[in-house]
Amino acid sequence: MKIHEYQGKEILRQFGVPTPRGTACFSVDEAMAAARQLGGAVWVVKAQIHAGGRGKGGGVKVAKSLDEVRSAAQQILGMHLVTHQTGKEGQVVRRLLIEEGAQIVKEYYLGMVVDRSRQRVALLASSEGGMEIEVVAARAPEKIHKVWIDPVAGLRDAEADAVARDIGIPAAALTQARACMQGLYRAFVEKDAMLAEINPLALTADGRVIALDAKFNFDSNALYRHPEVVAYRDLEEEDPAEIEASKFDLSYISLDGDIGCLVNGAGLAMATMDIIKLYGGSPANFLDVGGGASKEKVTEAFKLMLKNPKLRAILVNIFGGIMRCDVIAEGVVAGAREVHLKVPLVVRLEGTNVEMGKKILAESGLPIISGSDMADAAQKVVAAARGA
Amino acid sequence: MSILIDKNTRVMTQGMTGKVGQFHTVNCKAYANGAKCFVAGVNPKKAGELFEDIPVYASVRDAKAATGATVSVIYVPPSGAAAAIDEAVEADLDLVICITEGIPVHDMLRTRYRMQGKRTLLIGPNCPGLITPDEIKIGIMPGHIHKKGRIGVVSRSGTLTYEAVGQLTALGLGQSSCVGIGGDPINGLKHLDVMKLFNDDPETDAVIMVGEIGGSDEEECARWIKGNMKKPVVGFIAGVTAPPGKRMGHAGAIISGGQGGAEDKLAVMEECGVHITRNPAEMGRTMQKVLKG
Repeated sequence: MKIHEYQGKEILRQFGVPTPRGTACFSVDEAMAAARQLGGAVWVVKAQIHAGGRGKGGGVKVAKSLDEVRSAAQQILGMHLVTHQTGKEGQVVRRLLIEEGAQIVKEYYLGMVVDRSRQRVALLASSEGGMEIEVVAARAPEKIHKVWIDPVAGLRDAEADAVARDIGIPAAALTQARACMQGLYRAFVEKDAMLAEINPLALTADGRVIALDAKFNFDSNALYRHPEVVAYRDLEEEDPAEIEASKFDLSYISLDGDIGCLVNGAGLAMATMDIIKLYGGSPANFLDVGGGASKEKVTEAFKLMLKNPKLRAILVNIFGGIMRCDVIAEGVVAGAREVHLKVPLVVRLEGTNVEMGKKILAESGLPIISGSDMADAAQKVVAAARGA
Repeated sequence: MSILIDKNTRVMTQGMTGKVGQFHTVNCKAYANGAKCFVAGVNPKKAGELFEDIPVYASVRDAKAATGATVSVIYVPPSGAAAAIDEAVEADLDLVICITEGIPVHDMLRTRYRMQGKRTLLIGPNCPGLITPDEIKIGIMPGHIHKKGRIGVVSRSGTLTYEAVGQLTALGLGQSSCVGIGGDPINGLKHLDVMKLFNDDPETDAVIMVGEIGGSDEEECARWIKGNMKKPVVGFIAGVTAPPGKRMGHAGAIISGGQGGAEDKLAVMEECGVHITRNPAEMGRTMQKVLKG
């Protein structure tokens, strides 16, 4: 689960990482009031969306007067902010962060990730702040310094200081940099994050080390023990279809194509998308109905897929293990009837009680196209989508 | 022979008395030698009771002492599953298979840290388990699709493993053992660990490895195969069409930071001599062709 920058900064402050003073705002008036209250002569007006690359897309502006704050807030609020992470339509900006300006001497990068190979939390640090770490990794991997953190000892002072020196933080600022790294690490662990980034971490003209940005992504499997993190959830930043799916315990992801897929199991669901592509089609979604798909779940899954105006055909691909094919067949028939399915439906069933399942489909009177195996079903659905 | 488990393996079930545990214990017990293999359950609140004639013990240690079981399968809900693994490791079992899906990653990081220097092997979490056909099934896979034989299967997925197994069986190619290593980012045995076991198993002739996007386990395994594997390996990677940054059902199936993409994995595997197929419907036939030379 992702959160906004201003929320990430709230978390950072709780763990002793300094940030600029700032206020989240939902309107131009609020932005003006916030700027007045912050005082000073320079403000930063920042679009709050979950995607990165906001600056390049025109979502971050420096204002040197209250008038400039107003015009920046007017421009940014409500805009469709397009970044490399939003897709072509962009993301509508509904929230702003108004911050005091800072005189920046140098920018650095700090990140926390879970290193799967080493099975440790890793601190990534770089002198190349403000750039995406992926870009640094591609162009100058030697500029990324890593520390794999011992979960019992935590990030030791000496480790933090060594990394701070490696990325060129001046000696006078080492203690502050250490506090930022250790605070970021504690936030990462205590809040069950999967990714945390401060990019950039800035050294200011008056010698402070502060987090100018904050990005967090949390482990959705651990949200049950973090109601305070769940409270940060902004549904407007999420795909409505994915939100709807999560209510029914369906795992759904929207894609660009026109062939809907309904599959049991994540690996098979991905493979189903792949085989559609292989035969010249284009999947409209990833949809894993899980191990125990009931009639209700299948019906909801159909409804979800049918909300997509581009949808031209549906492929149901089930390998029944725990889930019996006769049960899923009943679900498919009931679901197709309930939603008055108009697009072609190809069903491939395999596994437990497959004959019973096929019989139910055949006797339903519905125009269901049967696929004998995964390849046959994929070819049939691609043909059906073209003909529809 | 087979890898990791056979008809003489004695298994305890942690979380046996829950709904999921009950369902799968009944099925595992009914498969091949299951009635002899599944000898204990663990639940501190139900010690002394019986489920399907299987005695329940208060702890893993008690169950081991009373029955000699050296393998555990875990169906405990996510919030307590990492602690259940810890308990099995503390009791010095040979092998722990954790079926539970949805364990927080930081819990697994701590559990894997505690496992350092211990001899217990872990399969999973978030996996279907493993099976040696006609001998023993530990996990949630449908037993009837398997056939005894000489092909090893290792996979990060559940139903996609069944797909591979179903294709093999349909072609008359039986399996020595099938291992689901699970779809989580932090897990126990990796593709590489299982591949080494298959390489050393005299009754395995060839291996199908089924991977997916996320992480670099498949690449690490492929690089080892290049210099060490004595048997042919067929490979498939799911997720060529998966968009970056999205978690595709499995917590571990995510392309992040430009890494973990399916094309990269396939390229490395091909370069290392793995017989790859890009068509998930062709895993079995690719193996058949490879075996015919």
